Amino acid sequence: MTSELAALRVRGLTRRFDRPAVEALDLTVRTGEFYALVGPNGAGKTTTLRMVAGLLPPDGGSISIFGIDALRDPVAAKQVMAWVSDEPMIYDKLTPEEYLEFVAGLWGIAAARAQGTARQLLISLGLEAHLGERCEGFSKGMRQKVALAGALVHDPRLIILDEPLTGLDAVSARHVKNLLGDRVRAGCTVIMTTHILEVAERMADRIGVIAAGRLVAEGTLAELRQLSGGTDHSLEELFIALVDPEAAVA
Amino acid sequence: MSSVTTLAWFARHELRLAWREWPAMIAGRQRRRRAAIIGLLIFAALLHLPAWAVIGRCAELPTPLDATSHVVISTTICLGWALILSQAIESVTRVFYARADLDLIMSSPARLTRLFSVRILAIALSVTAMALLFTAPFVDVLLIGGGNRWLAAVGVVIASGLSATAVAIAVTIMLFRLIGPARTRLVAQIVAAIIGAGFVIALQVAAILSSGTLSRFAILTSDSAVALAPAADSIIWWPARAVTGDVTVLLPLLSASLILLGIVMAIFSPRFAETAASASARAAPGRKASGIGRFRVRSPRQALLRKEFLLLARDPWLLSQTLMQLLYLVPPALLLWRSFADNSVGLVLVTPVVVMAAGQLSGGLAWLAISGEDAPDLVGTAPLRQMQIVRAKVEVVLIAIGVVFAPLLAGLCLASLWQATITAIGVVVAALSATAIQLWFRVQARRSQFRRRQTSSRLATFAEAFCSIGWAATAAITLIMPLAAVPCGLITLAILAATWVLSPRRG
Repeated sequence: MTSELAALRVRGLTRRFDRPAVEALDLTVRTGEFYALVGPNGAGKTTTLRMVAGLLPPDGGSISIFGIDALRDPVAAKQVMAWVSDEPMIYDKLTPEEYLEFVAGLWGIAAARAQGTARQLLISLGLEAHLGERCEGFSKGMRQKVALAGALVHDPRLIILDEPLTGLDAVSARHVKNLLGDRVRAGCTVIMTTHILEVAERMADRIGVIAAGRLVAEGTLAELRQLSGGTDHSLEELFIALVDPEAAVA
Repeated sequence: MSSVTTLAWFARHELRLAWREWPAMIAGRQRRRRAAIIGLLIFAALLHLPAWAVIGRCAELPTPLDATSHVVISTTICLGWALILSQAIESVTRVFYARADLDLIMSSPARLTRLFSVRILAIALSVTAMALLFTAPFVDVLLIGGGNRWLAAVGVVIASGLSATAVAIAVTIMLFRLIGPARTRLVAQIVAAIIGAGFVIALQVAAILSSGTLSRFAILTSDSAVALAPAADSIIWWPARAVTGDVTVLLPLLSASLILLGIVMAIFSPRFAETAASASARAAPGRKASGIGRFRVRSPRQALLRKEFLLLARDPWLLSQTLMQLLYLVPPALLLWRSFADNSVGLVLVTPVVVMAAGQLSGGLAWLAISGEDAPDLVGTAPLRQMQIVRAKVEVVLIAIGVVFAPLLAGLCLASLWQATITAIGVVVAALSATAIQLWFRVQARRSQFRRRQTSSRLATFAEAFCSIGWAATAAITLIMPLAAVPCGLITLAILAATWVLSPRRG
């Protein structure tokens, strides 16, 4: 794999809080790929992605996004990516349309273009009946959809999602998964953390398993199965074998 | 578990919650709590000095009281009661909206009426304790100067706390009935602000209209007030008599307030559960906005400004705060209007009041714009430099302050161009100081935490208040003795510099 193809290239990424959260992590995600990052609670998934998104400064290492040094030129790096967290952070007192207008403004998208995209996104996420309502009365699922629409309205080349399906009902989860699938097919790169291993198994081109701040395994599902020496293991079995071998034996 | 055991257990639970909420409310974060509590105790000790200055000469007040003393003491008690009521309405609203345990309590098999009776009692105790704390320096001064008869003042404070809580619960639940849960929170806050500030302002307005000064005592001690007062044996004077040690009226007052609270508990405890259920089930569809029409934003700066102004305009906490600030501006505006006619020297008083109000309002606005960011990840991942974001937020504060104070400054221009210029400079400097302090002490918080913004840093809160006072004094002294304003301005600058040195952002 050549570095030109990499949507994300992380080398020696390190971050400590009271204890090491991420330790000398190397990670490469190819352009146009759906990459799932899985790992137990506290493994360092969110910390890694927050550093990539420019929300947390690393203690060491490098981050390159489509060849842009994200630590040296964070503004250029942020221009091409979007971040969606597990807790949808939107403004209660704004309507979905006002929220998307704000996001488009932050990314400097032309108003006319942004309006068309915004409406299309909100309709495709099933929010057309709520376009003019303030978000304060929205359910968790609706809020997550608004946040997702905000992430997509500026047409990012790299979308980073931290547990985007948490708390969503089956229909809302399906909406989100379809939208992400469409984006990947259109050439966008998606990196997603999830605890729902079935989602990673079904949607991801490659899966990275992170434990104690280090990448312990990476590859397609078939490659991971090969790594564990079995051919019919589910991702759940592989995951447990990688992060907690004792539990796997039991 | 028997019902008595349940009640005792729930009372203990409520007391524990209240006990743990108090230090958090007063001192904020755990790490600085001990230092903050020590600081607060020192501050409370120091409060005895102004208390001595204000009330010291009243310690040896002879009884029976004369008509003027009756009027002054009764009005002061009314003022205190209004402030306690304002605090009680806040507490009741907080219990309805902010307690996370309503679902748990209401889904339990316990009898809700009894549990909510305990909760009402807990609110009453908490409000009364707060009132006792704030009146303690004054009562201490009276006790030291005038002897044990002033212990009765503690009884009057307790009676005030209990009765104010009873009225607050009745008012809040009636608001729920009349306008529904969706609007009650905002209206209750505005009512609390108006009650808290309204009484003082009404007295000042009366003083200005009758004697042309901002002094409330001018009207309370006037012949016309004494002439209007009822006879000395009137029940109206019972609180005043009780404060000065008349136990024969103190006991009925205490009994009446307890009975009032008991009646409110009996009537409203069953409805409390119902009301709390409506409030917690408020996941109703949000309010419709007027419709956005076409996207208009062209740049990140415009996007940030538009977002901040929309959120400020739709913020109920801010509306009530602004309303209170505007209410406090009514007396100086009135003084200004009167001064056009008689060229009174009292006009100078307008400047410090306006500058101080600008500093305080800016502090609140700056907190909302700078710390109260509901989508920090979104703004953090936007392709903008931190400086662009900060500049846009500071612009929002200054524009909002400009809009609020421009009419008053324009009016002042007509009276005195010199004074208007000094006042305008004072407003800008006070606003910038408050904004700078908020920038240095910014912490990530949700806008809904605005009420508790003071607890995130006591140092920032005190610095903000002292700077507002300092700039207000500097502006006022500039008008009278320009040279004397230099040391005052330098002291205020030193306070600001010391705040920067102590701020976490400096690192």
